[in-house]
Amino acid sequence: MTTPDRANGTPLLDVRGLHVAFTTPDGVLEAVRGISFSVDRGKVLGIVGESGSGKSVATQTMVGLTRGARVAGEAVFEGQDLLAMSPDQLRVIRGRGIAMIFQNPLSSLHPLYRIGWQIVEMIQAHEAATRRQARARAIELLGLVGIPRPDRRVDDYPHQFSGGMLQRAMIAMALALHPRLLIADEPTTALDVTVQAQILRLLRRVQQEFGTAIILITHDLGVIAEVADEVIVMYAGRAMEVAPRRELFRTPSHPYTRGLWHSIPRPDMEGARLTPIPGQPPSLIAPPPGCPFHPRCAEAVARCGADTPLLGALPGTERHLSACWLTEGGASP
Amino acid sequence: MTTSSVDAVAGCGEALVQLEHVVKDFPVKSGSFFARKRERVHAVADVSLDVRRGETLALVGETGCGKSTLARCIVRLHDLTAGRVLFDGHDISVASHAELRPFRRRMQMVFQDPYGSLNPRRRVGSIIGDPFAIHGVAHGAERLRRVQELMELVGLNSEHYNRFPGDFSGGQRQRVGIARAIALRPDFIVCDEPVSALDVSIRAQILNLLAELQDELGLTYLFISHDLSVVRHVSDRVAVMYLGAVVEVAPVGSLYGHARHPYTRALLSAMPVADSERAAAREEIVLTGDPPSPLDPPSGCRFHPRCPRAQARCASEALVLAPRLGDTAEHVAACHFPLADGEVLAAAAARAESL
Repeated sequence: MTTPDRANGTPLLDVRGLHVAFTTPDGVLEAVRGISFSVDRGKVLGIVGESGSGKSVATQTMVGLTRGARVAGEAVFEGQDLLAMSPDQLRVIRGRGIAMIFQNPLSSLHPLYRIGWQIVEMIQAHEAATRRQARARAIELLGLVGIPRPDRRVDDYPHQFSGGMLQRAMIAMALALHPRLLIADEPTTALDVTVQAQILRLLRRVQQEFGTAIILITHDLGVIAEVADEVIVMYAGRAMEVAPRRELFRTPSHPYTRGLWHSIPRPDMEGARLTPIPGQPPSLIAPPPGCPFHPRCAEAVARCGADTPLLGALPGTERHLSACWLTEGGASP
Repeated sequence: MTTSSVDAVAGCGEALVQLEHVVKDFPVKSGSFFARKRERVHAVADVSLDVRRGETLALVGETGCGKSTLARCIVRLHDLTAGRVLFDGHDISVASHAELRPFRRRMQMVFQDPYGSLNPRRRVGSIIGDPFAIHGVAHGAERLRRVQELMELVGLNSEHYNRFPGDFSGGQRQRVGIARAIALRPDFIVCDEPVSALDVSIRAQILNLLAELQDELGLTYLFISHDLSVVRHVSDRVAVMYLGAVVEVAPVGSLYGHARHPYTRALLSAMPVADSERAAAREEIVLTGDPPSPLDPPSGCRFHPRCPRAQARCASEALVLAPRLGDTAEHVAACHFPLADGEVLAAAAARAESL
């Protein structure tokens, strides 16, 4: 595997104009409708969105996990376009270059094999390590992610681990081959808050100590606020707003982001009613024309239903982008 | 949630539901086939609690702490192992099914899963009309009229009564579940994680609906949730559960501002806040390990093996929820060494932490 441009300036992953569509009995479902983003080495990119916003499909497509999808665009990882790779080439990237963890760790582990065996198997599939070496590495990794008595727990079956420990084991497995990018898809959604705090802290440590870049996919703005460096807000297959974390939380710009913001109960509200976003997310088979959010947007004007705004930088900023006609950020196509 | 419930918080609200030393065990089988052991899961251990008329009492805690079991005990979906539940002064924990019937009308439940709690093969009009059918009120055209009224009340299009649950989104299905729960104009509704399965933008719609219905119909809610920011928004008082026991009960502001029990403090500190500056600034107490098994709960205070403040006494002496030094009658914590205002737990937690 060639790894050019390791140094200066080139992002680790650069996604341009990604489209993903599925053919369903009801018609063509456009899950991702043209998004572009990049991830720098050692940074955490948060992708936040509700069910059906395309946040998971976008990342799964890059690592070849959406079979049968019609894909357009490019996703350049360390100089190579992931979308143009053969399944065999992708298999090399998955694990060594890009690792993934999912919401439900139990469904990612085989219930009838010991945890350690599964990590060893994964290491040996990618590297010429002996069983003994791989096992020693598995124990080291389990200890690293905070499993107590890893030399013993390595021989446990998945059902003997709690939910938080399983997610730790998944992170250990993901780190086994020193990937440059870790895609964490709702990694804490199935966990209790106290365990969630442990796992988020672990992810932050992984990023700081190993310099692993992370794409963190979540529906929870609270989780994003904890760890992300930069945030993409997705809605109906599009990026509505992109901003560094602090700016997104300090000055959310897009009406959808602000709507999400007002939907969350916050400490200073003291019993006041929430301001929900009215209506339902649109169908992705027959999405509304123009801005996909305009049917639910209180500020929509005539143009919003006709032309689709593209992401553009807000005045006075470089990295705070919004796709909306009402801010000057909305650039014409 | 309502202005009337402010009185309840002040202490003059009378109790609608009273729990007295409620205990619920479940028998489980374990061990190998030949050395079968009969053990008991201690799901709810000696809980005494009042739900006051017109208030929203939240029950918070992590997975497996027994909050849903406790709620089911209250509405008699489970029989109690020991203790009593009084509803409006009547002991319903020993009532026969026939005796229970008039009370069933007055207490209802809204469930977490709007997919699993509605029969997919039945039309929503008939689902919402079920309570009328069961209790033999309103027939024929009258029932349809009342079903449509209910649908309007919860924000559904009343012309859609002929549709199936599959035609509705998650948020709309939750509205169907709520319409069914309020059909007989109950006094008391147990909301078991009513918004946990919903997207953020839809969640706010349902929370507002529940608040409006409480104002209009004078409902009393027991609101079960693991989401602390939602609880803070909806409730008047909060009860925190850990491993089957209630460890702290307090008015909402007092609990979030001045938590006394170390577990409550740790739970609050783990709560994700959608605000990057506040997330960076707050006290961070990361509890180590997982809650112990309710098959064999720890002696004394059930939290002591994970508690950064635990001392020898915590392992030996069990605790009851009662006002201790520094507690008000409204804010009680079951702890030998409750935290004072402004006392920092994080330092002690850091010492205990292995990660």
